[in-house]
Amino acid sequence: MTNFLQALAPATRTYKDHSQPLWRRILLSREAAVIGATLLVIIVASVSVRAFAKPITATYLLLDIAPILLIALPMTLIIITGEIDLSVASIVGLSSVTLGVLHSNGMPIEAAGLVALIVGAVAGALNGFLITIVGLPSLAVTIGTLALYRGLAVGLLGTKAVTEFTEFWTDLAKSKIGATAIPSVVIPIVILALIFGVILHLTPFGRGVFAIGLSAEAARFSGIHVERTKFILFMLSGLVSALAGIYYTLRFSSARGDNATGLELSVIAAVLLGGVSIFGGRGSTLGPLAGAVLIGVLASALRLANVTSDVINIITGTLLVASVVATSFLAWLRNKRIRPGKKTENLVAAKG
Amino acid sequence: MFENRKTRAGAFAALAVTVALVATGCAATGDDSGSDDSGSGDANYAITFLPKNLGNAYFDTSDAGGAEAIEEFGGTYAEVGPAESGPDAQVSFINTLTQQGAGGIVVSANDPQAICDALNEARDAGTKVVTFDSDTNPECRDIFINQATAEGIAKVEVDLIAEQIGGAGKIAILSSTPNATNQNAWIAIMEEYLASDYPDIELVDTVYGTDDDQASFDKTAALLQTYPDLKGIISPTTVGITAAARYLSTSEFKGKIALTGLGTPNQMRDYVEDGTVTAFALWNPADLGYLAAYAAKALIDGDITGAEGDEFDGGKLGSFTVGENGTVLLGDPFTFNAENIGDFDF
Amino acid sequence: MTALSPAPTVGSRIAHGLGSFVKARETGILLALVLVVVAATVKNPNFLFSSDGFRDLLLTPSILLLVAVGQAIVIITRNVDLSVGSVLGLTAYLTGRLFIDVPGIPVIAVFAIGIVAGGFLGLINGALVAFAKVPALVITLGTLYAYRGVNVLWTGSDRINSSDMPASFLALGTQSILFIPVLTIIAVVVLIIAAWYLRNQRGGRELYAIGSDPAAANLYGLKVTQRLLAAFILCGALAGLAGVLYAARYGTVNSQAGAGYELNAVGAAVIGGVAIFGGSGSVWGAAIGAYLLLTINRALPILGVQDFWQRAVVGALIIGAIVLDRVLALRQAKRLVEARGDLQ
Repeated sequence: MTNFLQALAPATRTYKDHSQPLWRRILLSREAAVIGATLLVIIVASVSVRAFAKPITATYLLLDIAPILLIALPMTLIIITGEIDLSVASIVGLSSVTLGVLHSNGMPIEAAGLVALIVGAVAGALNGFLITIVGLPSLAVTIGTLALYRGLAVGLLGTKAVTEFTEFWTDLAKSKIGATAIPSVVIPIVILALIFGVILHLTPFGRGVFAIGLSAEAARFSGIHVERTKFILFMLSGLVSALAGIYYTLRFSSARGDNATGLELSVIAAVLLGGVSIFGGRGSTLGPLAGAVLIGVLASALRLANVTSDVINIITGTLLVASVVATSFLAWLRNKRIRPGKKTENLVAAKG
Repeated sequence: MFENRKTRAGAFAALAVTVALVATGCAATGDDSGSDDSGSGDANYAITFLPKNLGNAYFDTSDAGGAEAIEEFGGTYAEVGPAESGPDAQVSFINTLTQQGAGGIVVSANDPQAICDALNEARDAGTKVVTFDSDTNPECRDIFINQATAEGIAKVEVDLIAEQIGGAGKIAILSSTPNATNQNAWIAIMEEYLASDYPDIELVDTVYGTDDDQASFDKTAALLQTYPDLKGIISPTTVGITAAARYLSTSEFKGKIALTGLGTPNQMRDYVEDGTVTAFALWNPADLGYLAAYAAKALIDGDITGAEGDEFDGGKLGSFTVGENGTVLLGDPFTFNAENIGDFDF
Repeated sequence: MTALSPAPTVGSRIAHGLGSFVKARETGILLALVLVVVAATVKNPNFLFSSDGFRDLLLTPSILLLVAVGQAIVIITRNVDLSVGSVLGLTAYLTGRLFIDVPGIPVIAVFAIGIVAGGFLGLINGALVAFAKVPALVITLGTLYAYRGVNVLWTGSDRINSSDMPASFLALGTQSILFIPVLTIIAVVVLIIAAWYLRNQRGGRELYAIGSDPAAANLYGLKVTQRLLAAFILCGALAGLAGVLYAARYGTVNSQAGAGYELNAVGAAVIGGVAIFGGSGSVWGAAIGAYLLLTINRALPILGVQDFWQRAVVGALIIGAIVLDRVLALRQAKRLVEARGDLQ
């Protein structure tokens, strides 16, 4: 089922122009622009905001955006296939509550964590089942599961919170690597980022993901198992969200039904800022990570400058809208610039 | 092409910025515009108030009291807080204050444990932590300013409602957030006190309005619908009692269901005058904030450490002694009713 | 060619009308609503029969009704508007501020300003969707954040108290005419106008066409951009009106007013039979869906279920509704294919 704008917009998705030298392809990419903007913000903030350029800033920043970084990885793949998953924050809450309820009833925290991961995978699998086998649109399904999983989480714990956790694990969640200011949670993030990056860019599965985003029908006829791919992606999304939920719970020592409410907006903002097209078919794993860092750095700098956190929300929202509008605008410009004669030469297009 | 120019500019900016970053990163120490906070002789009186949530009349008053105190001893006052109450909503604010090197944090906690780690990090960095109104676990803060003993508050609430419903009947409690330390302490003692002294009064339900006005309003409506023979409601939170009073005054139960709790005179005046509420209790939140600020000052000066027996100067309130567990008691709860409500303005 | 069927008699026409009424999705939802009310009233007669109970049953969902109707209009065009909660909050606060800063302002002017403000916010959404060709999901996700941030920034740590607003305005929130609350009457009047527009006016019917197949609508020459803008402006305006009514009902407005309304609005529309991929459904369904959702909320504690589970029930209902839609659509498609087979 094509969404509204896929049906209306002229299809002009192009592949990278490999006639350009490698260094140019890298520097002129969306990811480089985002990284550049991030560095710019860091520079300006270090100079003008008191107390920004301390190592502890980096620590808090990374601790804060770790869940977003984690969830942005499978979300990238899902958006590349043209679907969306709005229920990730609710799965974070559900896994958080599972961890809390089981642990407070005596289960050792490791086992409870494992069960929480399984719960997340099952939740993701339910999403995948409804989307691939029943054939429902992902927007509607994930809005429904957003309410359902969040409701289950709140229902299980009421509005209480479980706040007693084994100190070893809560300390681990907040510990740093050696003597640096970098929190240890960065290690699993980097590992997962590498795994997802390899999957997306270097495996047939990843090529399949891109193909599905560009044209599900064509992909199906090329022998790519569309349903299975999407199912796996949604299950992965649930699993990683559960992992983020465990981290979130341990970091704040608080398992609550409404933990991480609204996180899906930050994740989608980061992913779209990082150059992943909402129409599907293009993107990378590096961009969303850079996008998450950009938003986090901006938020951190503004908070330290005593700008209220609502302005941060305004900025995130505007950034989200601006980044997608800019992509659309640039595509429109590219369209206008193509002269009739050169059309077949410059355009390696795929119809939506 | 157009967009290449843009992204090219971005790319060069990235290169230039990387070089600049490496250079600046090594050199920057972070102290720049704005006042220095680690002068040798001058104590750091930058005290920030962190209530459960902003937009709450009770905390507006208490924080204003704190501001008055801070102005008296020449410190810098700031107030930050989340828009919604929640156990860990305050953590990011505490982290920011740690980064900024604040001198003192005065906080009312939504949960005894959730903000503990953040507070301890702040204390490690040299910030003094005073809790007021709602405590955390004692090991995460230096001093707790308690408005009144939990027993005192619980007792006055139960006595008020018992008096108003004639000693027998069903009552319910409309609380704020389910994890709030102070609420749970009071409710626990209320239940004990009801069991021991008022066996004919039955507590049918405790609902949570999360200190949100609309939620408290709707919860009151739901209570009245679910328990038609309810005779009284205790709401030990100023947001809750105001919302409940507003609902009751436009419903058929006005005057028939007793409502009491903790409310501010300004918010409750209309409802006392129109008969919805007969009497309610509170203390002076401004005094609470005032004392908390002075306690923070005493800690920053090094005059006290929060140990039992420490004495410190509470400004116009006189001198106070730290009690058990680092707790300082402000006084007793005060009952407001139609006769005296005109005398107060907060 | 099929054989010509005989002209329909009056009897068969009535039967046909009754048949489609019974099979209509809206009827099913209405039945569910009646069932819930009956079950709760059996358990606790006060649910329906006390004057407060009856009033609240009708009153509280009327605000959501307005938002759900606006949402339905947008969903019919195959888009979605997630920013309605933030628009509601902004206009509610604007209402309070108007009464405080412009003493003596007539209530009708406040209504007008609220609606226009909401419409303007909806216009921003619509313009971005229609002109920049960006998916509505993303735009309204961003504006949800942005509008709420503006709201909190503007509010600061203030709140609007009920004492700031004139008694005549607040009375709207509790008065009833002939046992029906004034707010409900306003909401139902708007509902009737919206339903009439969608069914009988060209602009309304074209929305359905755009939602069913945007490419075809474009090729057919429908003014897609104009209609889209109109849909979003309507949705924003209705959310603005809902904000004014919210201020009248609750009296106190803080920066979090309306937070989470968008989920209930989309849920109400989907449960009420508005297909998420556009092109079908009616605002009646969305209205009944809104009532169903909030009545379940009230009925759960009476039926012995902790109201913590309310969100889960909403989620299950939404999923159930779209699965049901899908099953029915598949069955319909099969029937059509078989009918085509019969011709050969």
